[in-house]
Amino acid sequence: MQFKTATSPHTTLPGSVQSVMFKVLLAMVPGTIAMIVFFGWGVLINILLASVVALSCEALMLWLRKRPLKPYLFDGSALLTASLLAIALPQLAPWWLTLIATAFAIIVAKHLYGGLGFNPFNPAMVGYVVVLISFPREMTQWVPPLVEGHVLLSFSETLRVIFTGELPLNYTWDAITMATPLDTVKTQLGLELSISEIESHAVYGPMFGAMGGFGWEWVNGLFLASGLYLCFKRIIDWRIPAGVILALLVFSNVFALYDYASFTPPTFHLLSGGIMLGAFFIATDPVTAATTRKGRWLYGLGIGSFIYIIRTWGGYPDGIAFAILLMNMAVPLLDYYTMPRAFGHRWNEFPHHHKGDEDEH
Amino acid sequence: MSNTSHHLWHFHGGLKLPGHKAMSTGSPVARATLPAQLVVPVQQHIGEPGKLLVEVGERVLKGQMLSQADEYVSAAIHAPTSGTISAIEERPIPHPSGLSALCVVIETDGEDQWIELAPLQHPRAKSPTELRQLIRQAGIVGLGGATFPTAVKVNPGPRAKIDTLVINGAECEPYISCDDMQMREQADQLISGCQLIQYMVSARHCQIAIEDNKPEAIAAVEAQIKAEGLSTIEVVAIPTLYPTGGEKQLIKVLTNREVPSDGLPSDIGILVQNVATAVAVHRAIYLGEPLISRIVTVTGEGVAQPQNLQVLIGTPMAELIAQCGGYHKDAARLIMGGPMMGFSLRTDELPVTKGCNCLLVENSAEQLPTTMPCIRCSACAEACPAQLLPQQMYWHASSKNFDLVQDYHLFDCIECGCCSYVCPSQIPLVQYFRFAKTEIWNQERDRQKSDHARIRHDFRQQRLEREKKEREEKLRKKKEMLEKKKQQEAEQGDSAPADPKKAAIEAAMKRVQQKKAAQQTDSNDEQ
Amino acid sequence: MSLVIAVVTVAVIAALFGLLLGFASVKFHVEGDPVVDKIDALLPQTQCGQCTYPGCRPYAEAIAAGEANINQCPPGGEATMLALAELLGMEPMPLDDEHADMPEKTVVFIDENTCIGCTLCIQACPVDAILGAAKQMHTIIEDECTGCDLCIPPCPVDCIHIKPVKVEPDTWRWPLPEQRDTAPRA
Repeated sequence: MQFKTATSPHTTLPGSVQSVMFKVLLAMVPGTIAMIVFFGWGVLINILLASVVALSCEALMLWLRKRPLKPYLFDGSALLTASLLAIALPQLAPWWLTLIATAFAIIVAKHLYGGLGFNPFNPAMVGYVVVLISFPREMTQWVPPLVEGHVLLSFSETLRVIFTGELPLNYTWDAITMATPLDTVKTQLGLELSISEIESHAVYGPMFGAMGGFGWEWVNGLFLASGLYLCFKRIIDWRIPAGVILALLVFSNVFALYDYASFTPPTFHLLSGGIMLGAFFIATDPVTAATTRKGRWLYGLGIGSFIYIIRTWGGYPDGIAFAILLMNMAVPLLDYYTMPRAFGHRWNEFPHHHKGDEDEH
Repeated sequence: MSNTSHHLWHFHGGLKLPGHKAMSTGSPVARATLPAQLVVPVQQHIGEPGKLLVEVGERVLKGQMLSQADEYVSAAIHAPTSGTISAIEERPIPHPSGLSALCVVIETDGEDQWIELAPLQHPRAKSPTELRQLIRQAGIVGLGGATFPTAVKVNPGPRAKIDTLVINGAECEPYISCDDMQMREQADQLISGCQLIQYMVSARHCQIAIEDNKPEAIAAVEAQIKAEGLSTIEVVAIPTLYPTGGEKQLIKVLTNREVPSDGLPSDIGILVQNVATAVAVHRAIYLGEPLISRIVTVTGEGVAQPQNLQVLIGTPMAELIAQCGGYHKDAARLIMGGPMMGFSLRTDELPVTKGCNCLLVENSAEQLPTTMPCIRCSACAEACPAQLLPQQMYWHASSKNFDLVQDYHLFDCIECGCCSYVCPSQIPLVQYFRFAKTEIWNQERDRQKSDHARIRHDFRQQRLEREKKEREEKLRKKKEMLEKKKQQEAEQGDSAPADPKKAAIEAAMKRVQQKKAAQQTDSNDEQ
Repeated sequence: MSLVIAVVTVAVIAALFGLLLGFASVKFHVEGDPVVDKIDALLPQTQCGQCTYPGCRPYAEAIAAGEANINQCPPGGEATMLALAELLGMEPMPLDDEHADMPEKTVVFIDENTCIGCTLCIQACPVDAILGAAKQMHTIIEDECTGCDLCIPPCPVDCIHIKPVKVEPDTWRWPLPEQRDTAPRA
């Protein structure tokens, strides 16, 4: 009897890139729902819009690059990029902002570098940074979470704001959008207010919850929970978020202890902004992260440190995107110098002298 | 002697795999029926092929040596039964390449008549060297699948001091159960073989490592040790984790020590032998029987009655499958070895060899999964028992950067398949590494060959130059002589003409030489 | 005053660096590169002359002198060209048609029924891989043959033929896995 041959091993785990991506997407659901609750329908509209744009761009690029559509279009990576990006953008960002960010992420940051698996920079963060730098005003159109005196727009109102830029009657931009807690702290600290003064401030006070920014606590808590679940399931590596959080904790503790009036406390740092989303869902993107165990620790620690530095002394209220992109750049170096010791070797003898080099002497 | 108190360690990575072992352990080991024809490959081991001792048409007896080991790293082969040699020719052998190699074809006569054997009653009266010689004569090779000549392995050399003999009964690959059955049924022979090897390498301890998914085997071997009241041999139950059966991994689990990358277990005082090899040693010494048969697990969803068979070397695989009830209708793949490290065969018209521990028939006719690009998830590195970075190696192997792939310790890869197994992108990583390894070996062969050619070319150039010089020298001398002669003749005042014959020859030689030179430059130009 | 300080500072720095450079050039002196040997070591030593030079060493000398390109060696193929490019720090260049890659290694064999024993092939063989004497049948030592085919043109009776080197199980090479995906083509 004749048989077809194949290479060993002859069995494999049923896992696939697609299932990894969709598990991560699924784990984002609770946090995203919390965001919709606190920040309104804009979150959902952004996600849908970004997804459509991402899939279209992906299809276009695959077609241009003469790649098969099916395996790549449905691998979930474009959807994941779109979702991460959409959550990071302001809820009432105009439609063209989302479009530009997503298209840039998929076309330039992903496909021009070779598509899935070949991009050195996190596409979502590249897209985010591009619009952050190019359209600073639109990027501040954050909806304040359900705080007294502020109203969440209805679904149709939100749609109109996003696609036409027309505000519902009786509303002004100032009434429906507001700086984020991180932004506020940054501005007010610049105005020589102390942390406790800001938190008890008549206007800005309500946006601070028990520990972090109001609403943000829930969002971060849920992203943390589902992120931990992903770590537990070994879908993402726990070392990266652990590094991010550890570095943030160390920095914020040291500086808050040094001067609690001018430096925000660790809880605020951990539970404001997109820290948990960034640490568990964005920084852990395997394609752009370090690959060795030690490298992943350093990668996470680096991101955490940069976030603190940018938040505290940098020109932007939050620095997750910049921190991740900066560490993306360091990945080849990290991987190179953190190669594990191979079995049966006393230490890591990398890089070696090549056989040829020795012969030549 | 107890297996509970032993402290064990872990190696990095590894996989918990579904065992599928009960499938083939239901019935005792049966003897395979004697086929009409046996095809015995001359080379079934690592090392040099042996020298053939028989001719076509010769009648051979069971156990008669067919080829003898001339080189140090080589192994003899023997006639598995009595019969007539009908051919010595190239036949397809079980090898991933599907290529053919020299085989001795024996038409069996059904008499199964043994050659006269020389059993040893008291092996301890012989020196270890003499026993090694007997093992060498018996053609024993590592039966775990590596097929390295055992006589070489049990000779660690004067400098190495073997402290512990480890008998590898881990059998970590799914489906395979031949070692399990051997331990259950032939524990006495196993213990005897262990003692012989222990004696040969003067090891003080012997540990029989068995994965804890084989309680029957553990019980059988422990009972045998107890019955014989042995204190230097113990059974160690080790956790079931693939690939614990890898030599280096097993040593790590038992001793927490790592065999140096460029070294052997003997460097850290350990010798590892497979269960079946130990039994073969026992049979070779006490019964005088050479290695002519082995237990083969015939299993998998694609075969009707999975079981273990005692099979003569050279038996066609198709006959074994037939004896196990034939193929399932969906049988799609025939694998020699286990599902993780075995290689698939194009046909079942191949002989069983010494290294064939399992024939696995798989049903899965499913399409090969689409390979996606590497997403650098590091699942492979987490699973790698050699602590390598498979994804980096894959990168460099696929771009044929063979220097860099060696920097990532390609040659520490044991090809266990863990990385490919866990890869979410379904990249056939192990094949990339095999590709890189064989390419590097090939480059090394090419380099040696070109070095050799350079030496020969330089030598030829020197020779040509020397010859040219010699010719010139000759010519010069001749001229001198002629001139002298002329002078003499002139002095004599007798102006007789020079020998015309000689002059003609000289002229002819010159012409030939010129022509040759012209031809050579011509042929060079043509290139 | 400040001008003087600036000039002096720069002068001192220049002097220091000069000393450092001088020291380094002595300390880390690199022995004269036997670059021809290095190139020669990478060439396949078939001595076939297909590069238009009469042997591998002359080709190596020509490359070292900058007279020849690195893509003229058909037996070495792309691998040799890449190795040369790396050694010499040059851009890899494609093998032109004239020096195209040879797909498989070959050796020659003599049809011993036709051979008339003229010894012409023996004189052509660059590595003395042909055995024989005048009016005796010749034969090729296959292990020594480099596959240069230089013996074929001189043969007056065309009794020398090319055959591929046989692949044995232990010289067989695993193929590069088929690209079942469409990973970027380099």
